[in-house]
Amino acid sequence: MPSITLTHFSAALVFALFASVVFGVTQRNTSHDQIRYGLYCFAMFVGGVFVAGWAMWLIRR
Amino acid sequence: MPNTATENKENKTAPMPSTMSVVAPAIGWLIPGAGHLAQKRWVRGLLLMVSIVSMYLLGLAMQGHVYKPNGGDILDMLGFVGDLGAGGLYIITRANDWGQGLISHATADYGTKFLIVAGLLNFISVADAYHIAIGKKP
Repeated sequence: MPSITLTHFSAALVFALFASVVFGVTQRNTSHDQIRYGLYCFAMFVGGVFVAGWAMWLIRR
Repeated sequence: MPNTATENKENKTAPMPSTMSVVAPAIGWLIPGAGHLAQKRWVRGLLLMVSIVSMYLLGLAMQGHVYKPNGGDILDMLGFVGDLGAGGLYIITRANDWGQGLISHATADYGTKFLIVAGLLNFISVADAYHIAIGKKP
């Protein structure tokens, strides 16, 4: 298998993207709702990354 | 007078599952997204397939660890259940003995999580394919 090295942030973004697509497609019925829910999940994932990052920064200080 | 007891018995018996309600989850587990494609949900199926397969392959490329059934540790068993959700991808991975590297850096641990979550997302996809097959979801 070819090897790939992602940074912590890019790995989190890729994870958020793919998980949000699956959540959006499977958890809502209409196309409009699927897109909205997918974007909501993506925003929550990425927002969670920033919140966790700042929380760890505060703990470290 | 009609035989009401017989009618009630007939009404209470569960409807026979359609062929698609069995086939769609099965092929959806083996090939992520195929359960939707078999029911002509082309866009949904392709989105699920691309997302789950990409996530799984990225996990492998990040040197993630693939769990075996006889791990011994409870967390290894849970990891195996997650990995197993990827179906055919997991079978191919084990057949080629991929994913056996030691987790020597942080992104390799991310790779392990990518592999597990790809399998878990495929379980959700399989359940969705079943709901479409039985008419619970459009």
